This record gives sequence, C-alpha cells and structure tokens, in this order.
Amino acid sequence: MWDYTEKVKEYFENPKNIGEVENPDGVGEVGSLACGDALRLTFKLDEDQRIKEARFQTFGCASAIASSSALTELIQGKTLEEAEKLTNKDIAAFLGGLPKEKMHCSVLGEQALSAAIANYRGRTIPKQQEGEIVCECFGVTDKEIERVIRENGLKTREEVTNYTKAGGGCETCHDKIEALLARVLKEEREARPAEGPPRPALTNIRKMKLIEETLEREIKPALKADGGDIDLIDIDGNKVLVALRGACSSCRAAEVTLKDYVELKLKEFVTPEITVEEVKP
Amino acid sequence: MKVVYMDNNATTRTAPEVVEAMLPYFSTYYGNPSSMHYFGGQVAKEVQEARSRVAALIQADPAEIVFTSCGTESDNAAIWGTLNSYPDKKHLITTRVEHPAVLNLATYLSKRGYRVTLLPVDREGRLDLDQLTAAITDETAIVSVMWANNETGVQFPVEEIAEIVKSRGAVFHTDAVQAVGKIPIDLSRTPVDLLAFSGHKLHAPKGIGVLYIRRGTRFTPFVIGGHQEKGRRGGTENVPYIIGLGQACRQAQTHLGEENKRVRALRDRLEQGILDRIPNVLINGDRGSRLPNTLSVSFEYVEGESILLLLSNLGICASSGSACTSGSLEPSHVLRAMGVPFTAAHGSIRFSLSIYNSEEEIAYVLDRLPPIIERLRAISPFWKKRTAEAG
Ligand SMILES: Cc1ncc(COP(=O)(O)O)c(C=O)c1O
Ligand code: FES
Repeated sequence: MWDYTEKVKEYFENPKNIGEVENPDGVGEVGSLACGDALRLTFKLDEDQRIKEARFQTFGCASAIASSSALTELIQGKTLEEAEKLTNKDIAAFLGGLPKEKMHCSVLGEQALSAAIANYRGRTIPKQQEGEIVCECFGVTDKEIERVIRENGLKTREEVTNYTKAGGGCETCHDKIEALLARVLKEEREARPAEGPPRPALTNIRKMKLIEETLEREIKPALKADGGDIDLIDIDGNKVLVALRGACSSCRAAEVTLKDYVELKLKEFVTPEITVEEVKP
Repeated sequence: MKVVYMDNNATTRTAPEVVEAMLPYFSTYYGNPSSMHYFGGQVAKEVQEARSRVAALIQADPAEIVFTSCGTESDNAAIWGTLNSYPDKKHLITTRVEHPAVLNLATYLSKRGYRVTLLPVDREGRLDLDQLTAAITDETAIVSVMWANNETGVQFPVEEIAEIVKSRGAVFHTDAVQAVGKIPIDLSRTPVDLLAFSGHKLHAPKGIGVLYIRRGTRFTPFVIGGHQEKGRRGGTENVPYIIGLGQACRQAQTHLGEENKRVRALRDRLEQGILDRIPNVLINGDRGSRLPNTLSVSFEYVEGESILLLLSNLGICASSGSACTSGSLEPSHVLRAMGVPFTAAHGSIRFSLSIYNSEEEIAYVLDRLPPIIERLRAISPFWKKRTAEAG
C-alpha cells in the first residue's frame, strides 16, 4: 500500500479537468501503454495568451492521475512563459508530496506540459532520440537522465529509477546509470555558476509511443484485412518484438510479412534503426 | 466497512480453530520439545502428532516433513541443500514464472558460478516439456518447477515433470506453496524429491513453512545448528505454529472437496460475470489447468493500481500483477513471460478466493467493479482513441 497524501487521494478519486479541450491550441502526449503510464494534455489560450482551459487524459496509477489533474490546475490562468517554468517538483509539492517511487509520475506531467507548449509553438517533437539509450527496458536516454538528475538534485541510482523509471526493469543498466550519475555529480560539484541548467530535453519515451501508434495506424488494419493481427510484446532498444495472431501466425509467409511490411513501416515512421522480431506464441 | 477478502494467494485468514489450537502452546505448554523432562516431552508428542497431520495432507511419511520458518526458507533450503550435496554439478533449471523465493535465488546463483536455465512459458502460461527434457544434462543438480503459479493459478504437470527429471538423474524440487490445501496432492504417486509449502496460504499463521524431503534424498542442511528436525534444520521448534499448521492441514483435508466444488463455482461465476459485464477483458492463464480459487484478469487500457485502490475504497481486497503496486516498475514478470500484450499487462488484477467467500460477496464485486473500470477508461487516453476508431 502506498502512503499517499490526502491531496493525492482527493485528486485521484475526484480528478478535476478530465477529458479534452475543444479545438485545443496545444496538445502534448507523453508516455505509452508499454511504459505503464501515459498522459495527454490539451490546453486553450484566451485573448491575453493565458491558459484558459487545460484538460488531461491519463493511463496510469493513482499518483499519475493525481499528478495530471494537479498539472491542469497549476497551469490554469498562466501565460506560457510562466507555465514553462513549472517543474515536476511543483506538481509534487502541490500534492503535498509523492512517495519517492512515484516521482516519475510528476516528471510525466512536466514532460507533457513542455510537449504541449512546443506543439503550440509549432515545433514538432523530434522523432529521433536525443542522446543515447541507457536503459533499454524503458527507452530512457543519457540526456534525459542527466536533465532529471540536475533538475531534482538526485544523488543515488534508486532516485534516478524513481524519477525516470530507468533501471526499474531488468537492472542490467545499473552500472551505466551509476557511471552517468558519478559524471554529472562531479560536473555539478565543479559547476561554473555562469551556466544555467540545460533546456529540458523533449521526451524520449516518444519512440515507444510512435511504435505503438504506427502499429495501430499503419499495420494492424492491413493485417486485419487478411484475417490476422499483431501484438506488441516488447521493445528492446531498437528491437521490436511482436507476436502475430490469427491468420498471419499460421501463414508461411509470416516471416516475409514481418520483415517486409512491419519493419518497413516502423523504419519509415519511427526510426531507420528499427528491427522487428517475431516471438512465437 | 465490511471487508470482502479476495486475496488468498497473498495470505489467508488464520482459521479460528487454528488459533484456538495454538493458544495453549504459548501459555500452558511452553516446554521445549527437546527437553528430558516430562513437561517438555509432552509437547514433543503433540509436535509429532502435528507432523503426522501435515504428512497426511500430502500423502507423505511424517519422517519426511521438516518444519521451517516460511515458504521462502523451504525453497532456499531445497535448492541450497541440493547444490551443496552435489558440489560438482553446477547447473540449475527453473522457470521464468517462479515466485521470487526461487527466481531471485536463481539469479543470485547465476552470478556465483552456476549456470541457470530459465524455461519459458507460452501465452497460456504452459511449459514445453520437450524443452525441459532437452535442458537436463549430467551437470544438472536440480530442477525446480512450481506446482501452481501464484499470479495466474496455472498448474504445471508436476507428475510428468517429476518423471522426466528423475529419469535423467537430477533432483526435482517443486514450490507447492499455492497448491497444498487447494488441490489434492499425493506424494506416494508423484515422485518429487523435495516440496515446499507455507502455512499462511492454508489458514495457518504466517511464519511457518514445510520442506518435504523424500526418504533417500541427499540433503545438506541450510540452517545449521542443533539436532532438531533430525539434523535437517537447526533451531528450537516453533511449537505453537507447528500445532496450528497441523490443525490447518487437518481442516484443509476435509475442505478439499469444497474447495474444488463450491470455491471453483464462485470463481467461475466471478469470471463469467466479469466477461459478461465488461468489454476488452482478458483472462490470463490456461483455463484448462488452473487452481480452483484463482482468477487473473486484465482490463485493457487501464492500470492495475488505480483499480485496486478504488476497489479497496469499497472494502474489496484483491491484488495486482502490475508494476506500480509492487515497487518494481515493470509489469509482472509472470504476465510478461506469457507474452500478455502491454495493452493488458498493466491492468491485471488477481482475485483469489477461499472457503470463507460467499455468493453475496461475488455479487457485490460484480456490481461494483464495472463502474470502476468504466470510470478509469473514461480518463484513459487510449480508451477514447480506441472507441473513436471503432465508431
Ligand atoms: C509460489 C510461492 N512460493 C513461495 C512463497 C513464499 O512463501 P512465504 O511467504 O511463506 O515465504 C509464496 C508466497 O507468496 C508463493 O506464492
Ligand atoms: S535496461 Fe534498464 S532496467 Fe532493463
């Protein structure tokens, strides 16, 4: 049982601002089904360029839902310049704190906000990963880990996992995270005061999301037309594991379908590095 | 608030008769069973009686029963006890869906010079026995396969597995923590060498376990100390808990029929009721071979912890294989090993019943669960998208 504050419980049980704003000015989507939490934030501005209305849709645990709702409350009435200054710490503070294992929920909120603001300003989120993947299980890059370490003053590997999820799966990346942490902490100690923290990187969980979207939009309908279907089983860096169901799993051409079609589509819409492998049911 | 307890694979209520049987052994009969005097000696006799009842539940000889502190200790003792008895054999086989009591020990051993084979399971949670057969070599000291899975209730064909392992000359251990008391077990016919179970899963208290060691099995003690348990496990016997376990095993034996008829019917009603009332639901685990009390069900596009908390507000206790409840961030290793799609793995809930559950309770859950799922799906971005596409 998690030790949630009354405020978290209140915002989980009776969340405010659920849904979608009509004709939104900005839309930010982060996270994915694969990651276990996802947030879609929409907002609308008034004549004074202040956020008039903000709404959320969230898939996730109680603190993810509460954090999302808190985010929409926090940015109401703010200009984008003001809203931009909001960090995950403000979301957690608004809720009276989050269990440390759940801090990644507040980070999700911050990411959705920057994605939505970038969307409003006409910047699309770069599809390419920024930086190098450190944690394969959750597709988290060194850049993102570094940003979260600096913004939240993290000191230990466990904290990095709590805030970014990196390292929360198979644990093989722990050494890499430790090394990265040691480097950043060293740099922080020697920090030149003239230099502020780096601009927040855009979400890198985006890749998983793109893969899912591409499967849904480009691949599933075509397979279904042939009486088959495809399930996303796992994403391991750039390796996508899928299982074929129904007609295509028994079809001898399954191998061809996979390589030629699924991989081609994923390379086209996600990143050219993608490879696809079939997991036998 | 009334509590509707459907989390019996996590732990069970200690039966009132068990509590009653135990109490005199805290106050009146507090002697040490190893003592020379009559005061202690009379306790030894009762411990022996409890041992017989425990043995009877699994058709074993009382001399083959070793009391331990929990299921985890029994699993650890079985594996270490075998490895230390065969120091030249450096290979261990188990499955990807074991309880951490076995799986984390296997991982630990893999970092200390042992070769570990983790057998995969299929989408229904079943093992491929040919794969098991092929994995056993002369190097293999022990094969450890659970009798029934704690998350899905899927039962492995232990009798067949035991035959295979024995015919290849390795030692066979089974973690039967979820099986004992729920299904009939007859060790006079199933050639397992070692078997672990735990009191608190069958209405005895937490903190008492059993390791069955078949007569003639090589075994090096894991807890080294006094001569208790015929030198197989040191430490003064936990007398009240052993007495309690004896009573619980006796009751389990008389309830086996009920467990398999009435509890199974309740589980089936819950399962069918959920399928009838809620769309986009997946039942996890081979429905052809499942414990009678367990239901693992995935609700697509919602997350397990949210479901559990809303159920908990209504007094309904269940558990989740999903990541966010367990402290780890990945969805349950069992569901992942089964290849349950990500759309569903995060929204899995386990209901595990016992003889204390009633039809009214099932009806209550079936009444309250659908609005919870509907409410969470209304918040979920994926559900909206999905229905928009479908419409
Ligand atoms: C399959 C299985 N093995 C082992 C255990 C551990 O038993 P104990 O809690 O008595 O250590 C459990 C209990 O959760 C279990 O379900
Ligand atoms: S690679 Fe980071 S947890 Fe698996």
